Amino acid sequence: MTATLDESTVRPATDSAVRLSGVHKTFGQGERGVTALAGVDLDVAPGEFVCLLGASGCGKTTLLNLVAGLEKPTAGEIERNSSRPAVMFQEAALMPWLTAAANVELPLRLAGISRSERKNRTIELLDLVRLSGVGGKRPHELSGGMRQRVALARALASALHTSDGSLPSLLLMDEPFSALDAITRDVLQAELVRVWRSTGAAAVFVTHDVREAVRLGQRVVLLSSRPGRVVQEWQVADLSPADEAETVTVINQRLREVISSHAAA
Amino acid sequence: MPRLDDLDAAVEAGLDALDAPRERAAHGRLRRVLWAVLPPVAFLVVVIAIWQALWAAAFWPEYQLPAPIAVWNELWARIADGQAFGFIWTSVHRAVLGFLIAIVIATPLGLAVAKIRLIRSAIGPFLSGLQSLPSVAWVPAAVLWFGITPTTMYAVLLLGSVPSIANGLVAGIDQVPPILPRVGKVLGAGRLQASWHILLPAALPGYLAGLKQGWAFSWRSLMAAEIIAASPLLGKGLGAYLDDGRTLSDIPTVISAIILILLVGVGIELLVFRPLERQVLRTRGLSGTA
Repeated sequence: MTATLDESTVRPATDSAVRLSGVHKTFGQGERGVTALAGVDLDVAPGEFVCLLGASGCGKTTLLNLVAGLEKPTAGEIERNSSRPAVMFQEAALMPWLTAAANVELPLRLAGISRSERKNRTIELLDLVRLSGVGGKRPHELSGGMRQRVALARALASALHTSDGSLPSLLLMDEPFSALDAITRDVLQAELVRVWRSTGAAAVFVTHDVREAVRLGQRVVLLSSRPGRVVQEWQVADLSPADEAETVTVINQRLREVISSHAAA
Repeated sequence: MPRLDDLDAAVEAGLDALDAPRERAAHGRLRRVLWAVLPPVAFLVVVIAIWQALWAAAFWPEYQLPAPIAVWNELWARIADGQAFGFIWTSVHRAVLGFLIAIVIATPLGLAVAKIRLIRSAIGPFLSGLQSLPSVAWVPAAVLWFGITPTTMYAVLLLGSVPSIANGLVAGIDQVPPILPRVGKVLGAGRLQASWHILLPAALPGYLAGLKQGWAFSWRSLMAAEIIAASPLLGKGLGAYLDDGRTLSDIPTVISAIILILLVGVGIELLVFRPLERQVLRTRGLSGTA
């Protein structure tokens, strides 16, 4: 692909959206404590799409929770230069008593935005995830893919509309498509890339699927397991299909090595 | 690029159409009502037929097993002279008032037990224990404390229903999937906002189950109190009417009173709690048995 956007025009001028330096996270205390992350350094540029890759127990979810502010690091620093991040989890976690539209509206309501304003923005966001027709439906009346799109719209509502627009936005995604069937996942990946492009947000996307990481990300960061550390990084933006396949193989190989190393212990 | 995008949109629309759960075709309203009404009515007919047969066989003396028609005559007489409505009003207004007070006490209590660890470990076990104590057991104590007064009635009623409403709320809150409060936090909800917009609505099904049980306990406790602590000063409720039957050895009165007590209990359940519960469960896609 030669006709790509000049990235310098897309990215805001700040130097990083998220910066982690020497982040440690231990659950529990003393000998029985479990170290989830041991000295993670990571820099995410504004507008950049970073995929965090790793096997189970590599602390990728913990890392995301730390960035989202749901947990505090045991040591190290997390610097987030963005508005409130849009967070998506593996499950859509929609409020089952609210309609799709009311779910999207919830963060706006929490932020005290006026009713008419809320309605407009909700309509826009549902439109963005191509769900304009189903705002009145309840979560149980939607398919898994539709629920995840409502969750995306809700996350965007909290990120784009509840704080001042001067800071760059940030998407934090914790394996949001892993519970979906293959074709739905495929379509939603394309959808996410489209939304990411149109918002100019930085994205940190956690996955255990190498193919997904290479397809979506501009950069893939491989974490080791127990404790989680950054093992290696690959730049994977704008690869040709052949290079993409090659990179998937290489990363897969490395991931297998990392996992095998645990068998000995 | 735009072509690809259109293609994706088309695939997505197709998936949406295929994957969205279908609504089950609802049966006709008439059919639903018939299904709800006919089986219990048929059962009732069978029960009365057996009763009639047993009475006709005269296994037991008349003062133990009256004829169904004798009970009906007593019941009809009380309805015709309007006394039945007086009994029902006396009891129901007490029960409803007491139940409302119970809600006001039990709701903050339940919230505190569910959310504050120290309070939970301190009074949680007692709250569950109180639920298994029959409220009749409180009547003698309440009579000694408050005499034969309306206060006694309310005290017994509250001791019966507050624990079950509070426990219902605690169970409801415990069953809230932990992901929902986390979502609330990342969406920017403060502590109070999270309680109001997320925790309480999420706990509503459990809370409602607690309310339903709380009502049943209120009604039972009140009847126990009315039967034991009957006095002309208190006005005559259904419990006192039942106790009249006992003192006069008038079995048709006793059975009429039991029927009225049952009717009120079932009536409130069907008219108030069933529709509420259905509504709440249906909006959440938990259709239940209804």
